[in-house]
Amino acid sequence: MDFLIFKAPMLMVQASLDGILLGILFALIAYGMALQWGVMNIINIAQGDLVILGGYIAYTMYLAGIHPAWGVIVSPIIMFFVGWALYKLVINKVVDRDLFISILATFGIAIVFQQLMNFIFGADVVVAQSEYGTTMLFDNSVTLPNSKIFSAVISVLYAIALVIYMKKSRLGRAIRATAQNARAAKILGVDTEKVYAATFGINAALCGIAGALISITLTLHPYVGLPYTVRSFMIVIVAGLGNLPAVAVSGMGLGLFEEFADYILGTEFRIGAVFMLLVFILVYRRFKLSKKREYLK
Amino acid sequence: MNKLTKLFITFVSAITLTLASISSSFAKVEGDYIVLGSAISLTGKYSSNGVHTQNGYNMAVDRINKMGGVEVQGKKYKFEIIYYDDESNPKRAAQLAERLIKQDGVHYMLGPYSSGLTKAIAPVTEKYKIPMVEANGASRSLFTKGYKYLFAVLSPANQYLEVAIDLAVEKNGGKGVRIAQAFEQDAFSQDVRLGILDAAKRTGSEIIIDDKLPKELNDMAATLAKVKATKPDVLVVSGHTKGALTAIRQISEMKVDVPMLAMTHCDAAKLSKQHGKKSEYALCASQWHKNLSYKDKFFGTGKKYDADFKKEFGYAPPYQSAESSAALLVFKDAFERANSFDRDAVRDALKTTEMQTFYGNIKFGPGGQNTAKPMILFQVRCKGDDCENKVVAPTKWASDKFYHPIPKWSERS
Repeated sequence: MDFLIFKAPMLMVQASLDGILLGILFALIAYGMALQWGVMNIINIAQGDLVILGGYIAYTMYLAGIHPAWGVIVSPIIMFFVGWALYKLVINKVVDRDLFISILATFGIAIVFQQLMNFIFGADVVVAQSEYGTTMLFDNSVTLPNSKIFSAVISVLYAIALVIYMKKSRLGRAIRATAQNARAAKILGVDTEKVYAATFGINAALCGIAGALISITLTLHPYVGLPYTVRSFMIVIVAGLGNLPAVAVSGMGLGLFEEFADYILGTEFRIGAVFMLLVFILVYRRFKLSKKREYLK
Repeated sequence: MNKLTKLFITFVSAITLTLASISSSFAKVEGDYIVLGSAISLTGKYSSNGVHTQNGYNMAVDRINKMGGVEVQGKKYKFEIIYYDDESNPKRAAQLAERLIKQDGVHYMLGPYSSGLTKAIAPVTEKYKIPMVEANGASRSLFTKGYKYLFAVLSPANQYLEVAIDLAVEKNGGKGVRIAQAFEQDAFSQDVRLGILDAAKRTGSEIIIDDKLPKELNDMAATLAKVKATKPDVLVVSGHTKGALTAIRQISEMKVDVPMLAMTHCDAAKLSKQHGKKSEYALCASQWHKNLSYKDKFFGTGKKYDADFKKEFGYAPPYQSAESSAALLVFKDAFERANSFDRDAVRDALKTTEMQTFYGNIKFGPGGQNTAKPMILFQVRCKGDDCENKVVAPTKWASDKFYHPIPKWSERS
């Protein structure tokens, strides 16, 4: 236990801002997961690996001399088709099976992706440079990398765009209808197969954006996808499916929780604290659900 | 079962048996060849360093074979290595070590890449009494288990950054310093940490931040914010390539000013290439540097090794390659002094090794670690965007002046 953070108010500000900026990025990944979980009832273990792949696309552009920030446009386009192809190859075979099968299938995809990325991009840890500089607040005692601010802004913009798209567009309505009741949607003429493929593609595209942002804010490595999967899983569990504002709040909450756990419990417990929280939330949810079920009976 | 099937089965078993007997006679020495075995990470997360290791081994095998090979009892032998890919997986590495020993009949082993994998293989080589010279397992715990057949040409992990603390104390007029440290939670980095704790105790220094970074973490913002608030004299970071890259990225972004920054894995992370000027003034622990004045008759000086390696493989050798090449020189020397292929005779010869190679002096301590070679520190220095590693400590080998304290970010262009 360390209470340094309570003695220095500026640390508190720093931790809160870091946590929120990071949390917004997590929320973007989690939103993709919530979307395809809600629509297709699939928990995608490969979520984090799709993120990393998106990051490598931005990194490849960076190596080619293009500013990696363009990755937030190029990467989702490529990743959409990757997601689409993945659906056609694997996911459509498990989409109406039980959850366990889909978890296994996406776990397999995760391993294949890791090995492929390792094969193509090598096992070195890499970073792309945005050269965006730093914003200094309160006489240099709180520093915010502009790349982190940029990534939060981009995440918010994409999230808003997606919400509007889901509300207004034909495909968006079809996706929502399928999420509510796939069979009824099918009877009413919605091509659910296409909706599923598009949903998985959109999810992969969101991962692509997040990946491109991670390439300029953090580091990339073929095997670091899993923590992103776990975090987004957790955000979705807390927020519930198909509820974007809740995903955003829960994402920022997780970011804050991580930062404060780091300061108070110690860095070594940072990831552990996330897992502990996950267990706690699952138990709590079960407890709440069992109560609900009682009067439903 | 008809006759034909029976005949077929008999035929197949006969062939299998013959093959099996051939492969078990494919032992330690075959004709003119001394066969060494190594499980090495050619795929998986250690694959880049695994390949550096393999290139180092191959380079030395070629060179030794070309220059006359190994002379035992008046006869010249050549080296040959059987490699298997351990997929960066300790369990697989242990299996492959068994396979090399039991099926391929290998009697002498070269180490894998990384402390973790060496730890997985060492119990196997020990069990079968197979001498292993390893070049990439630095974890201190390898040398405290009482292994009798394990020899490491590199300095143990706890020595990596001790020199840095000594240097900081020296710059502070011999008084203790305030240390902030962040280490990844793996065997190697934690050993580096133990070294710092020893050095701190010895010099009367105080450790004010002692963070342990989870393996999955690629964000050090919290640690660095604490560093900013507490203003230590030295910041020490070790977490493989990820730790080095994350630290430089966030130190430069958060404008963290520390008089001295000491790290490991700078060259494996290609720090100066990936981060350019932002990595300037970072102090890095290294097993080897091409500018050191050691030499031997096979590779000449470090500079010559560097040039030859570049010609052969198209990139500058990281220390992982250099130390791997040195492992072969040690084996050659031991075989010749033992003048026999008896495993225990070779082991006894290894134990009394005392030699200089282009990579450094080699003499094994009781635990098998190399006690004759100090770690060196280099500092990243840049001219424009062109950054280079300059050796600054220990003073005996220093080719350049140590720049201290690091200028503040506000004063850096």
